[in-house]
Amino acid sequence: MIITLSWLKNHLSTSANLEKIIDKLTSIGLEVEEIKEAKNELSDFKIAKVLKVEKHPNADKLKLCDVSLGDGKEIKKVVCGADNARNGLVTIYAPPGSIIPKTKMKLKIAKIRGVESHGMLCSGKELNITDDSEGIIELQNRDKDIGKNYFRNKGEKSIDLSITPNRPDCLGVRGIARDLASAGLGKLLNIKKNKTKQIFSQPIKISITKEKNQGCSAFGACYIKNITNKESPLWLKERITSLGLKPISAVVDVTNFVMFDLNRPLHAYDADKIDKEIIVRNSKIGEGFIGLDENKYKLTNNMCVISDRSGPLGLGGIIGGTRSGTELRTKNILLESAYFHPNSVRKTSSTLGINTDAKYRFERGIDPNSIKEGLEVAANLIIKICGGEMSKISIAGKPKINSKVIKIDNNKFKKVIGIPISSAETKKILNSLGFETKISKNNSQIKVPSWRPDVQQDIDIVEELIRIKGFDKISLTQPERSRNKDTLSFQQKLFHLSQRAIATKGYLEAVTWSFTDSQIDNHFSQGKKEIKITNPISSDLNVLRTSIFSNLIIYLKKNQDRGYLDLSLFEIGPVFFGKKPGEQQTVVGGLKSGMINRKSWESKPRNVDVFDVKVDTIKTLVELGLDENSLYVSNKSQDHYNPGRSGSINLKSENGPLLAFFGEIHPAILSTLDLKEQVVSGFEIFLKNMPEPIKKYRFTKKDYSISEFQKSERDFAFIVDNEFKAGDVKEIISQADTNLIKKVKIFDVFSGGNMPEGKKSIAINVTIQSMEKTLSQKDLDQVSQKIINVVKTKTGGTIRS
Amino acid sequence: MTDLRELILKISQAKDKLELQNFKTQFLGKNSQINQEFKKLGSLSEDEKKIKASSLNKEKQKITEAINNRSMDLEKSEISQKLQKNKVDVTLPGREQPNGKIHPVSQVIDEISSIFSEIGFSVAEGPDVETEYNNFTALNTPESHPARDMHDTFYLDDNKKTLLRTHTSPVQIRTMLSGKPPFKIIVPGRTYRCDSDQTHAPMFHQLEGLHIDKDITMGHLKGCLDYFVKEFFEVKKIKMRFRPSHFPFTEPSAEVDIGYKLENGRIVVGEGDKWLEILGCGMVHPNVLKNTKVDTKKYQGYAFGMGIDRLAMLKYGINDLRSFFETDYRWLNYFGFDPLDVPTNYRGLSR
Repeated sequence: MIITLSWLKNHLSTSANLEKIIDKLTSIGLEVEEIKEAKNELSDFKIAKVLKVEKHPNADKLKLCDVSLGDGKEIKKVVCGADNARNGLVTIYAPPGSIIPKTKMKLKIAKIRGVESHGMLCSGKELNITDDSEGIIELQNRDKDIGKNYFRNKGEKSIDLSITPNRPDCLGVRGIARDLASAGLGKLLNIKKNKTKQIFSQPIKISITKEKNQGCSAFGACYIKNITNKESPLWLKERITSLGLKPISAVVDVTNFVMFDLNRPLHAYDADKIDKEIIVRNSKIGEGFIGLDENKYKLTNNMCVISDRSGPLGLGGIIGGTRSGTELRTKNILLESAYFHPNSVRKTSSTLGINTDAKYRFERGIDPNSIKEGLEVAANLIIKICGGEMSKISIAGKPKINSKVIKIDNNKFKKVIGIPISSAETKKILNSLGFETKISKNNSQIKVPSWRPDVQQDIDIVEELIRIKGFDKISLTQPERSRNKDTLSFQQKLFHLSQRAIATKGYLEAVTWSFTDSQIDNHFSQGKKEIKITNPISSDLNVLRTSIFSNLIIYLKKNQDRGYLDLSLFEIGPVFFGKKPGEQQTVVGGLKSGMINRKSWESKPRNVDVFDVKVDTIKTLVELGLDENSLYVSNKSQDHYNPGRSGSINLKSENGPLLAFFGEIHPAILSTLDLKEQVVSGFEIFLKNMPEPIKKYRFTKKDYSISEFQKSERDFAFIVDNEFKAGDVKEIISQADTNLIKKVKIFDVFSGGNMPEGKKSIAINVTIQSMEKTLSQKDLDQVSQKIINVVKTKTGGTIRS
Repeated sequence: MTDLRELILKISQAKDKLELQNFKTQFLGKNSQINQEFKKLGSLSEDEKKIKASSLNKEKQKITEAINNRSMDLEKSEISQKLQKNKVDVTLPGREQPNGKIHPVSQVIDEISSIFSEIGFSVAEGPDVETEYNNFTALNTPESHPARDMHDTFYLDDNKKTLLRTHTSPVQIRTMLSGKPPFKIIVPGRTYRCDSDQTHAPMFHQLEGLHIDKDITMGHLKGCLDYFVKEFFEVKKIKMRFRPSHFPFTEPSAEVDIGYKLENGRIVVGEGDKWLEILGCGMVHPNVLKNTKVDTKKYQGYAFGMGIDRLAMLKYGINDLRSFFETDYRWLNYFGFDPLDVPTNYRGLSR
């Protein structure tokens, strides 16, 4: 909503300056977005520089000019006939849509001899500055002003306000004036009453059909005959241009003026074009009309149309049609002032994708009791400018609604806001906003003005009071520093802890979109159904991600493409397995690519591999609170991993809750995505499967006991089948004598060489210690034999001699 | 007998362990002069014997001492020679230990959680995919409400019944429906709107706050936010202004601006004559409480919402919102936080 000071002063008698007004607007909730020079008819004309001139391909006398409106602005292509158009000339540019002062012609983008011209370069005569029509204006020493307005503004400032959707009344200047007056910034002036005589009855029959979903509850009209429609007088043109609109004709400008002045949208029909009568009814599918914006609209059922006998003239409260539009030669008009229901307007306009100033107002709620006043003010103005006579006002439907009355406890304000308010102040504020008040001892009856659809219940009255009284009056209550509940839940703690756990292992945390490219996601989705977004922002962000890897690998590649090859990235966030709320889980995912010891002076370089991510995964799980011995590692993983170089970690056993996958990403995916490095390793940790301990860790620890006796170590090498997993051999040995075997460590694995085909050798170091005594050579030999036997029975493996 | 001093000098000049060993045999061995002297003792009278023996012992002791000293010296110089040989150039790089980083958004969420933890808020969460009801209707934003236009919503079905939440406020609904008052929660999380330009990203982070109890007034809201903003920006004083605004789910509603000034192109929060909007808040609308079965006669309270990414930008001088989500290795390294830099109340929120 744009207002100018002079317009505001039509409604508000105030001595406050612009700065004071701006401050007050802000403090009562009418947010000031921007202060700028008010627009006028001449503000379209810009100082511009001709960058390049070429000959017109189809006309000898015409030139094609590249015109600059300053650095960074789009270059305009203009066709120009002036002899003096040349490279480097600074002149005046008129954009399409501007009105040339001399001819009053509105410029359009037009093809001149087959070449499109976007605006024109002006001569002095065209701008009514000089009589010089020879060539275009030449400006000297104005290079620094390129892009600025040529015509100086009269100093009028316009205030651009961002009006919240609950305040339709402030979509008119009067509503803003009322709020300012209430806040003590002046006095709201009365509207001058209409003196025009209404001598005849409104001759056109108007009816509102009674049907379900009727979007119109009142249709007021006034017939004005024998007018001479013309260009608006200067004052009106200035009002219209200050809004950023183009003046069209007195009739149209007046209706627009009243809409922005009183927030009362009106529509003017050329009465002679109406076929017999006006019927406000629901549309039927297949009907259509051409709107004043020159678009063809096809209607569906149940849209509120204003029609005559021939069909729809326009959409109520949204847009009129060309068939009944007024022109300069229009003689008789029918002015419409109606009430259309917000829901109906909103539904229709969103279906058809129309946005107009009227629609914007009706969907927020127009004062239903302003029908008559709006017609009178507008008719009065039209007759003043265009002559003619007005009819009596007819209103079909409900001419007025009764005001809402809200009962409010006098203590409510203090209870909600924390500070008291006197009944005198309550009365003063509410009355100045147009509310009627009846204040009793304990509670009050408040009658809400018809222009305030937002005020529905007592809390809304409280809001009005504190808004005008001032939010700065609310005294601050210091928060109490106490805590009755844990700040974080177990899962939330895991979230925070895993973030830092992974980061300490050299990974950089990324935050990427929750949506991704379906083509990438499909590589990691295990064939799950795509979760499509109906209205994605772009085709490569069209699905919710089913894997944490989808985005990470895209960004890994982007970084590789920038020349960064040794990368460790991770993200913790949601991945989705369905469209319903809650069909998501939090996953910690990391990717690692490149080399360890790339260009090292003392260590051999190697590719990152499965064991790099395995140790990161296990260490993280341990840091999250799990006992390393409770982690069951197997080589089962998912399709997006290299099947021979990946695995999973379950809690306690193969069938325990799945905690993580780790491994090298499938080479086929890497090559499809054209990644630079041969190996990318990754892991996924599923936090929801982490078991929540029943007791605090300190209560679950066993009693502290250590052996006082000497420990011994024995090395073994077993030859087992290649298929046999080292982890299983380790587990078998650990279980061979849980009292004496304290630690089992695999320190070498090899096959080939002099190993029999299909066999491998596993070298294992075992630590043996008793709690009761120093073990004798004999004891140790017994344990060793036990180990050898159990390995042999369970794996068929033999000790290597 | 050779002069003792001469002997000791010789020993102290032994050039290596072998020579020292030779000296030892020569001066203390079976055939050494001193040993010969000891043998002669038997022929002396008791008194002479005593005196002579004592002097011989002293001599022997001195020689032994000299040998030991020299032995130690030789040992030392031998080791130092060895060390000299094994010397390395310590300016060569050590073995690499890559540094990980925490994303600024995560760091700021930790900071915020720590601040609100102090005054008794717990962290609540909700799903990213929401129902149209929780995201709008229950929050007093019926379908006809123009405020819906302000949320460019991503939908997951053609009927517009499921969507990506446009704010964290639906967690208010979930929390209140699933529990009993009082409620005192903050909700950090991902939120989505389908616009994207220099200052908007299709995904961003919001922090929701909700405090419902008996007699919670707008004064409490002011106090809570005043405390938060001061703690977060780590300043003693803050210029703050509450402006009336409108959100369907609060009444009265306010937007909060903080004062700032520009110093060398950087925003300094707290003072100055410019205002910066940082959050929206208000008293929870009775309709929302009714929708969530909270007794409005007994309970009332406030809610607020703010942009986490924006707070991070302000505090840490990051200019471009979109860079948060572009995963540029260089950016993450530069703006990321050391994982051990955990925000706490006693060590300080930030380094």
